[in-house]
Amino acid sequence: MSKKWVYPLSAVVLGSSLMLSACGSPETGKTETKPAEQPASNQAAPAAATAAPAASPELQASIDQYQKWVIEQTDQLVKSTEEFTNAVKAGDMEKAKQLYAPSRAYYERIEPIAESLGDFDPWIDAREGDVPDNEWRGYHKLEKALWETKSVADQGKVADQLLQDVKQLRVKVESVEIDVKMLVTGAVELLNEVSTSKVTGEEERYSRTDMYDFAANVEGANEIFKVLKTSVEAKDAALAKEIEDRFKALDQEIAPHRKGDGYVLYNEIKEDQVKKLSQALDALAEPLSKMGTILEG
Amino acid sequence: MDTKRLENIANKKLTRRDALKLAGVGGLGLLVGAGGMGAVMMPKPASSNAATSTDSDAVGGIVPFYGKHQAGVITPMQDFICMGAFDLTATALADVRKLFQSWTAAAARMTEGKNVDDESDNPHLPPVDTGESMGLAPMRMTVTFGLGASFFDERFGLASKRPAPLVDLPHFNSDDLRKEWTGGDIVVQVCANDPQVAFHALRNLARIARGKAVLRWVQDGFQRTNAADPTGSTPRNLMGFKDGTNNPKVSEPAVADEIVWAQSSDDPAWMAGGSYMVMRRIRMRIEIWDRSSLDDQENTFGRHRLSGAPLGKTGEFDDLELDRKDGQGKPVIPAASHVALANMDGKVKILRRGYSYSSGMDLKTGQLDAGLLFVCFNRDPRKQFIPMQQKLAAADLLNEYITHVGSGLFACLPGASEGGYIGDTLF
Repeated sequence: MSKKWVYPLSAVVLGSSLMLSACGSPETGKTETKPAEQPASNQAAPAAATAAPAASPELQASIDQYQKWVIEQTDQLVKSTEEFTNAVKAGDMEKAKQLYAPSRAYYERIEPIAESLGDFDPWIDAREGDVPDNEWRGYHKLEKALWETKSVADQGKVADQLLQDVKQLRVKVESVEIDVKMLVTGAVELLNEVSTSKVTGEEERYSRTDMYDFAANVEGANEIFKVLKTSVEAKDAALAKEIEDRFKALDQEIAPHRKGDGYVLYNEIKEDQVKKLSQALDALAEPLSKMGTILEG
Repeated sequence: MDTKRLENIANKKLTRRDALKLAGVGGLGLLVGAGGMGAVMMPKPASSNAATSTDSDAVGGIVPFYGKHQAGVITPMQDFICMGAFDLTATALADVRKLFQSWTAAAARMTEGKNVDDESDNPHLPPVDTGESMGLAPMRMTVTFGLGASFFDERFGLASKRPAPLVDLPHFNSDDLRKEWTGGDIVVQVCANDPQVAFHALRNLARIARGKAVLRWVQDGFQRTNAADPTGSTPRNLMGFKDGTNNPKVSEPAVADEIVWAQSSDDPAWMAGGSYMVMRRIRMRIEIWDRSSLDDQENTFGRHRLSGAPLGKTGEFDDLELDRKDGQGKPVIPAASHVALANMDGKVKILRRGYSYSSGMDLKTGQLDAGLLFVCFNRDPRKQFIPMQQKLAAADLLNEYITHVGSGLFACLPGASEGGYIGDTLF
């Protein structure tokens, strides 16, 4: 389970009402009636205390490059989700199963950005039990229908909703304000996601396609590193090389689990291989967490 | 005094001298808030805490890291151990050397109760030190490094330097070794009079190792604390018996040289000042032991449970008279008892430095997973540990109640001098 669900409900409510007042979503009715809650201090306060300094032209260029990439990924996400939800609505179980994991990958690559946009993450990526049953929607609900209950006959509404949420995310990423601090922490968050729920095989409990998410999260972190690499090199060349080497080392651990265009199922991965993946991940995350060095002074 | 300075002092840990300086500046009262009282006010123990040697420093004191020998070998036993074995993932010897250099610097600092390294003031970076020992006294923490036989395989070109005494241990009767508790390229033994201080050190060394080495196994252990037994009597194992009565008096240099330290005349020369460490994770069949009679228990060890005296004697340190017979002509101390066999006719000795462990329960059976983290040091295991263990494994009455589930033999490196690093005589 990813850490995004840990913060108290008040933060979710506040986050969503802020977001909604900004974009006037059709969902507003639900949250507006709720009483004002305590400020989501666990999100707001640290940001205020350690706000990143204004970005240098070079870092701003990195941010712009990353944002462009996020938009491309979200474009792809809309397209792939549409194909997937169409298959669900058409009742084509086999096709939907094939499309499920690859279509999610675009989302997994940009997850920290989606998280920063309020409720999108629970809408798109909540697993059963993460949210109240009557609010559960998104990819994992369809996953359960496809693999567990083995019927998508009544999933049309869920499919429509998912596509709508993804399209709305696409609109939002245009205007999301990304700063360097977000990038630096976002890269580590992606690996933390892997470490918490993907490497343990808890993310895709019905489809067992955890390795797709694993790889996509790592690719997302790698993209952040790529756009920041020059800055990291300028500050600490050894650190940049270490990060690069460990991305390669992790890729070598992932390689045996590739199969065709995708990945083997989680239950085909042996226990000692899981350990190796996890240790290679930790080896990468440790130096990656030091990218904040580019923000010094 | 400004708060910043006070924080610095609290973070850096108070040495006795710092405390005196501080007292001069702001008065000792200020110290209470700084969390450094332990180092200043800790009383000396009533007596040394181990029979092996005298312990010259206070409970919270510093055992020097640098020296001819590594600390943590003949050092009087601390209360807690946290031990881990690593497997190298680095493939170049240069990276291994770098790791040992970083480890040496970090271990030396942590031994003094300092953070693993100076903190950065960049708020966007994770703290350099994990922080759980900030404000804590050094607690006689020692870090001891050793190399397993696998360190000398083909990877680093060191095969020709493998010490002859670093053999592959033979299979002993009653071994039930588990892969997850056996072997390792490198072992790190951390001992301290505080479990958090010990864990902190191993954790930070593991963090430094990321990308170069991964943990293979970790086991922590304990013995009765100095606070529970200020008289420093021989500790008891989890079977309730005094354990370590016959340990050699390695506080005498001639004894330590004879039994523990590899000498320059030994092969290889680069090991001079080092030793050979054996680790055995020995699980006790606690539930079975607890339902065996006092007679059985005492005959198993060959000692009286309460006093620790050899059977038939009254004092713990009374001589073992193994040929003494009772009225029926049977030995008073059974020939297959643990002390009778381990005695080796008084000719073979090792330095034992074991701790009890308790690792929750065996999920399969619901029984306690507890026992002895046996650690011993010897100059040449081929002549000391191995023959002793062969004898014990073949016949010891104790075998009914124990299983060896983990094992390792490590070349415990010579000490490093300041400016050098652990392992610099080898690579």
